[in-house]
Amino acid sequence: MLVTNLEILPGHKIVRHVGLVQGSSVRSKHVGRDIMASLKNIFGGELQGYTELLQESREEATKRMMLQAESIGANAVLNVRYSTSSIAAGAAEIFVYGSAVELDI
Amino acid sequence: MIQLGIFISLLIVGFLFGRIAEKRHFKSIVARELASNSLVAVASRFPPENENYEQHLVVGNVVVASDYFKSAMASLINFFGGRVTPFESLLDRARREAILRMKHEASLLDAKFVFNVKLETSRIATGQVGAVEVVAYGTALTKPAMHVEAISS
Repeated sequence: MLVTNLEILPGHKIVRHVGLVQGSSVRSKHVGRDIMASLKNIFGGELQGYTELLQESREEATKRMMLQAESIGANAVLNVRYSTSSIAAGAAEIFVYGSAVELDI
Repeated sequence: MIQLGIFISLLIVGFLFGRIAEKRHFKSIVARELASNSLVAVASRFPPENENYEQHLVVGNVVVASDYFKSAMASLINFFGGRVTPFESLLDRARREAILRMKHEASLLDAKFVFNVKLETSRIATGQVGAVEVVAYGTALTKPAMHVEAISS
């Protein structure tokens, strides 16, 4: 499955537009991490726990999007966008969407 | 009195550690930026058409927290208005770090370019913790592997 945030793949044609596909993931870290983060807030610096959390979350959202694209018979997802929103203290939603197409690969 | 003491010691701790961490981070950013300059990352949406490249989505993210001193300074500046320089440098650091991580992922794929780079900033962990996440993503263009070329030609 080709996942890209460009709109074209030079040398290949889009055979069929399948539609919009999306994936999302809402995650939070355990309380220990949150306490560590608030401590880190005194000293400043990177919050590695949250970085990893959001990275994993983004990977999962992308995986879900790919599964959806596969299930409707696409072989590529073009023009992929990410979006993040914090929906509660300590939890964030990662949303990813793109247009599923069938390419002549 | 005790509360004032705690506040002032937190300020000093935040100032010292935050300063050191920020200086060290900027130093490492500049060094890695110089090292990764050969890999071009651009915001163009149109890949070169004269050569065949494979496309891969690459992502880099970072969450940085402000320190106690920065937060206190920011609320002070907020009172008078004006440029909140403590947060400007924080966001600058975060963006450059995110781009570097994205480029690192691209370099692991042996990419030639990264196209359509997008940056997104979001405030996370509301409440006690003040932190921002910056994510940079784009499409890495790589030369197709040799055996793939042999099959397709």
